Amino acid sequence: MVARRLAELGEDAGIDKVVGIDTILPDTDLDGIKFVRADIRTPVIGKVIAVEDVDTVVHLDVNPPQRGRAGGKELNVIGTMQLLAACQRSATVSKFVLGSSAAVYGSSPRDPVMFRESMLARNGVRSGFPKDVVEVESYVRGFARRRPEVLITTIRAAQVLHPDVETPLRNYFDNPILPSVLGFDPRLQFLSLDDALEIFGQAVVRDRPGTFNAAGDGVVLLSQAARRLGRPTVPLPPFGFAAAARRFIRAMGSDIPPDLHRLLTFGRAIDTTALREIFGYELTQTSEQTFDDFRRSLRPGIMAAMGVRP
Amino acid sequence: MNEDERKTIGATGTPGRGNRETSPSAAARSLAGGAPSRKPVSKVKKVQEPPAKKAAPTKKTAPGPQASAPGGTGSTGKPQKPRLRAVTDEDAAEAMAAAAEEAARRTRTAGAAPLSAGIPLDEIVTALIEAAQRVLGTDWEVRIATLLATVRKRLGGDYQVDDFGFDPQIAELLSLAIEPIAEKWFRLEVRGVENIPEEGGALLVANHSGTVPLDGLITGYAVKKYAGRNLRPLGADLVFSLPVVGQVARKVGATLACQEDAERLLTSGELAGVWPEGFKGIGKPFAERYKLQRFGRGGFVSAAMRAQVPIVPVSIVGAEEIYPLVGNVPSLARLLGLPYLPITPFFPLLGPLGLIPLPSKWIIEFGEPVRTDAYEPEAADDPMLLFNVTDQVRETIQQTLYQLLVDRGNAFF
Repeated sequence: MVARRLAELGEDAGIDKVVGIDTILPDTDLDGIKFVRADIRTPVIGKVIAVEDVDTVVHLDVNPPQRGRAGGKELNVIGTMQLLAACQRSATVSKFVLGSSAAVYGSSPRDPVMFRESMLARNGVRSGFPKDVVEVESYVRGFARRRPEVLITTIRAAQVLHPDVETPLRNYFDNPILPSVLGFDPRLQFLSLDDALEIFGQAVVRDRPGTFNAAGDGVVLLSQAARRLGRPTVPLPPFGFAAAARRFIRAMGSDIPPDLHRLLTFGRAIDTTALREIFGYELTQTSEQTFDDFRRSLRPGIMAAMGVRP
Repeated sequence: MNEDERKTIGATGTPGRGNRETSPSAAARSLAGGAPSRKPVSKVKKVQEPPAKKAAPTKKTAPGPQASAPGGTGSTGKPQKPRLRAVTDEDAAEAMAAAAEEAARRTRTAGAAPLSAGIPLDEIVTALIEAAQRVLGTDWEVRIATLLATVRKRLGGDYQVDDFGFDPQIAELLSLAIEPIAEKWFRLEVRGVENIPEEGGALLVANHSGTVPLDGLITGYAVKKYAGRNLRPLGADLVFSLPVVGQVARKVGATLACQEDAERLLTSGELAGVWPEGFKGIGKPFAERYKLQRFGRGGFVSAAMRAQVPIVPVSIVGAEEIYPLVGNVPSLARLLGLPYLPITPFFPLLGPLGLIPLPSKWIIEFGEPVRTDAYEPEAADDPMLLFNVTDQVRETIQQTLYQLLVDRGNAFF
């Protein structure tokens, strides 16, 4: 999807060739895009970069695992290492765009209300996907040290909320009943798909080295989100929430991503001033609008009759 | 004799002494036991009364026909002289009104009784409407409609929170809930409200006390009620790691006490409140009441300087007495991850009853603002200056506390 957007952008920005790499074949027609079916965990990736004379690498394969822990780490960390190794060898690569995640800031009660790019995680990055992201970013920094001439843009994005994009929160909100943590009401932020694509497009077309947060303005509380969806929340005790919630959601025939419980306890919000002022992109949708757009794509929940739905 | 020796002193002897345990002394009996001796007297009176009452009507009715027959209104109970004056217009009007009322009562009972025996529905409805009007004013229908709309909107999630998770509607509700506690229970007196800037950022710095941080809530209420602004308290991380407490704290506007959040609040023109003594302040023993502890590390001064906002020293008198901390269980507190585990004269002893704060008298004084815009924002990196300003604020609060204590007099009455 990003590749297609890049191809559209490329027409007027002078990009001749876009190569998409994935392990799964795309289900739609990719006109103007060359698709290579490859696994970035293998050295094949190096050959692709060498053969195609790639000058800009957009790495978007840092994603929270949908289920299980080992596979996610393999893909995120080892994949990034292979990709960076290939880029370091290549003489043509001059720009590297990393699609990182706001999970790099962790999630804890000691968090400041909004994270700026210069802040470090206080807690909550010792395991799971947040740990992966921290490691991936440190590898990318190492790469930047070894190849100082390569422009590196890191986008720390909040979770995209769109019916077509598999993200942990999207899957979570899909459940008819939402397990929540007793006594906690996290602040959540979402990024609209359009904004996400536009940001990556601009990162490729323009030269914007640095690290930027990307999330819709404002926050949505989990309780508020559940009420808007018209879905009841079931508060479960904080101790053993992860296990209980997983069992609960499995009972509903769905699955909960393993690293979500911390976010659902303490929440997280990030500051997008740098994106606006240094990167130069005005976000078009707030977190609330993104959520409402997403909500309209779902069927209304069982409690929807209790409130007005704009 | 043996038995006598075993008895305690005062257990025997003249009945006037009392043994302090089972039977009170004569003096105590005369104080408390006055009633039993009076009871028979009152009973006698009651017995005597009926004949008197019976006698009274007969006495009254006797002159009745003579005096008030022309008016027809009956005697009013006052011992009046026989009224011999002529029937005036007033009397006639009175009689008319009485007759009309009597007639109305008759028709009402006659009409309503067969329809709804015992349950006068229409009367209940009118009473309800009247009650609503009395409570909510004449536009009660509109008010109830808006109230229902608000509830509906809340249930539908259709409300706004800011980046901090601050929910103005919940804050409003909390303020309403605290009002009786602050005004009636603590008899709050607020001084120096004019020192709170009407707009723009300011940092309120207050002393912290009372075992449970109620002073934060009451200060927030006072600022909202008397200055019309929302106070955004900065709380310890413990607050946000506790379930329910953390959630509510965020919704009523609190956020974590750290440089980033303080600066973010102050630069966006909010009124932030800090209690720099922290747990040292609220967890100090009752014997050390109103002795200010160390004022943190002066981080609040640097935040105010960076944001170039004034510091308003706030002195709170009264919070120290609500839960007098007489003991602490450090080992158990450490086990539970708490900074201290309080023992008050009532707390573990009376169980949940001990959680009711003592009704001390409160005075909150907002002092004259300390201006920081005279310094450059870079001055926030000068530790000596920070220490000086911190000490200045601390001294101001300490001196004001002594003054307020003198003004208040007794803590409870």
